[in-house]
Amino acid sequence: MIELVQTYWVYFLIGQYPNGPLGGLALTVLLAALALVLALPLGVVLGLARISPFRAVRWPVTATVYVVRGVPLLMVIFWAYFFLPSVTGHKTDQFSTMLIALVLFDGVYLAEIVRAGILGIPKGQAECARSLGLGYWRTMRLVILPQALRHMLPSLVNQFVATIKETSLGYIIGLTEVSFIAAQINTQVFTRATEVYGLLALTYFVLCFGLSRVAHGLERRLTRRSPVRPASASPTLQSQQASA
Amino acid sequence: MIRFDQVNKWYGAYHALVDVTEHIAQGEVVVVCGPSGSGKSTLIRTLNRLEAIGSGTISINGEDIHRRGLDVNAFRSRIGFLFQQFNLFPHLTAIENCTLAPVHLRRLTPAAAREASMALLDRVGLAHKADAYPAELSGGQQQRVAIARALAMEPPLMLFDEPTSALDPEMVGEVLLVMRALAKDGMTMVCVTHEMGFAREVADRVLFMDHGKVLERATPEAFFNRPQHPRAQQFLSDIRTPFAQPA
Amino acid sequence: MPTFDIALLLSGQYHDWLVRGLVLSLQIAATTWVLAVPLAIVIALLRLAPVKALRAVGAAYVEGIRNVPLLAHLLFWYFGAPELLPEGLKQWLYAGNVEVVSAVVALTLYTAAYMAEDIRSGIRAIPVVQFEAARALGFGFLATMRRVILPQALRVTVPPLISQTLNLWKDTSIATVIGVAELMYQAAKVESATFRSAEAFAFATAAYLTVSLAVTGLAAWYHHRYPARTV
Repeated sequence: MIELVQTYWVYFLIGQYPNGPLGGLALTVLLAALALVLALPLGVVLGLARISPFRAVRWPVTATVYVVRGVPLLMVIFWAYFFLPSVTGHKTDQFSTMLIALVLFDGVYLAEIVRAGILGIPKGQAECARSLGLGYWRTMRLVILPQALRHMLPSLVNQFVATIKETSLGYIIGLTEVSFIAAQINTQVFTRATEVYGLLALTYFVLCFGLSRVAHGLERRLTRRSPVRPASASPTLQSQQASA
Repeated sequence: MIRFDQVNKWYGAYHALVDVTEHIAQGEVVVVCGPSGSGKSTLIRTLNRLEAIGSGTISINGEDIHRRGLDVNAFRSRIGFLFQQFNLFPHLTAIENCTLAPVHLRRLTPAAAREASMALLDRVGLAHKADAYPAELSGGQQQRVAIARALAMEPPLMLFDEPTSALDPEMVGEVLLVMRALAKDGMTMVCVTHEMGFAREVADRVLFMDHGKVLERATPEAFFNRPQHPRAQQFLSDIRTPFAQPA
Repeated sequence: MPTFDIALLLSGQYHDWLVRGLVLSLQIAATTWVLAVPLAIVIALLRLAPVKALRAVGAAYVEGIRNVPLLAHLLFWYFGAPELLPEGLKQWLYAGNVEVVSAVVALTLYTAAYMAEDIRSGIRAIPVVQFEAARALGFGFLATMRRVILPQALRVTVPPLISQTLNLWKDTSIATVIGVAELMYQAAKVESATFRSAEAFAFATAAYLTVSLAVTGLAAWYHHRYPARTV
């Protein structure tokens, strides 16, 4: 296994770059990060629309959310893959296709996280902001969203982990992300499939587990800072195990 | 300055405010008291339209506050409101809490707003805590910052919804001192409070409410020494001798 | 763009392909579900066991599975794992439907990891005094779980489990990568045969949505009929 790693580690990490487009693990992380950065504003907009007092805004967005969440991500990728060229006029490359599919898919999931985050802010905050004379948008922008986004940070990191895993579907449309590269390596080496795919799994594990530990740490820091914590009525196994 | 005219409010079938008709003059300090559920918080919250009313009119300086075309946000920015739960914004420091509204609503420059807010924090005795976050402040300090925040908009009227009820006893005094100073400076104040000492010393008038009705209105001296309405008498006796309840 | 030909979806060869794909998707989802739930209960109990080594095994399973994408799992179980089998077993496997078997194995292990976490959360939400009362009566760990804790935890756990079932249904689409002729595979096949992407994907979208909405409806009904009862 060692020579396998030694021979192919560069290809695995960055694909054919600089002799070709960026690929491998670097592409995976880049795609995931870019998708999340673009999906977040979309998520905020959709999340706000989901709690809008106007039915004309709320219903279409809620319907879109239910449709996108009711189909597999692969379906959204195929929509993008087969229909984007006719919409944009020219052939869309795999990276852009995956990016658009991920932004739409993750935007919808983020919308639910944002919605829960906003609804989790105590009612008194909005009341107070409105009492000062701040209108709806200012209240959202200056008081509610800053607090909600801060509380959402662990969920956002978890969503980043989920997005990294979602990039693996780029394999199916030929995007040279890390799973595709692993398959390429496998065809070259041919008789070591177990090792190749075992290493692929290990790579994902290290990356995703590491990030989820970061999310966990963030969550612990956040709950320690806020003085208000609801006391549970009776101790549960959870609190027992925590003190054990 | 403030006029309630036959104001009624219902929560479903529950009649929360019953034919309330009152007048509060400029510069007056009015305390509203009564047992739980008497409607005193509801009444004060109708004044800045945090609660809607079913019928009747409320006018401030002759203007019906529910008239069409009224800019609610501008209207609210002219009234200071203090909550029982302080409701400071936890992601902003004390001074940032105070400068938020002036910068965004009165279009002050951040520097001018900061200067004005520092003066206000000094007035409530917390200039040294200007850059502290609410989590670092005690309850009494938070409520005083909340008062400074409300004053930053230079309102002609301030409403207090049980401002000391959520405080530990040793911190109640510092907040009441600030409120008394405000009253002495001529601020029009309507306070819902259980602090009878404050009412006696600072209020010009006391309104006693029960079940949505204003049952008695009198000067503090008259109210505390010679309550007229039997419910008021009962209320005061319960407060003074809480352990003398029938078995 | 040519007009949408709905006749294509309602009868004929392409319709048959799509329906066969849908049926296979449903079969894979059902088989996986039946295998994953018991496995998930075992993993959840491992994670809550009084013995530290058992807890570590459970935790390793869950973290190891959840931090790797399903696609990588499928590639491993289809390309990698059969190589490790003894020759006789390998021949038998390749003679049969190795794609479907690999897919079911990968999906079962993957889904069980997520379900185990939901079951564990459900169990942890039961007040510890319930556990103590059962132990005081003389029940051992497993008996306590079986007779006292799990029946209560079930009610709390059903909504997230239904949510995981929804995810399982959608995850069957990824089996296409190892050549399983489920719905997504067939839709792509129809598209490459007829170039009618709109019709093929409309069918697939409608099929996925219908089952998803049915499962969501089931969740809503369950929540309405059996709301969580707390002491």
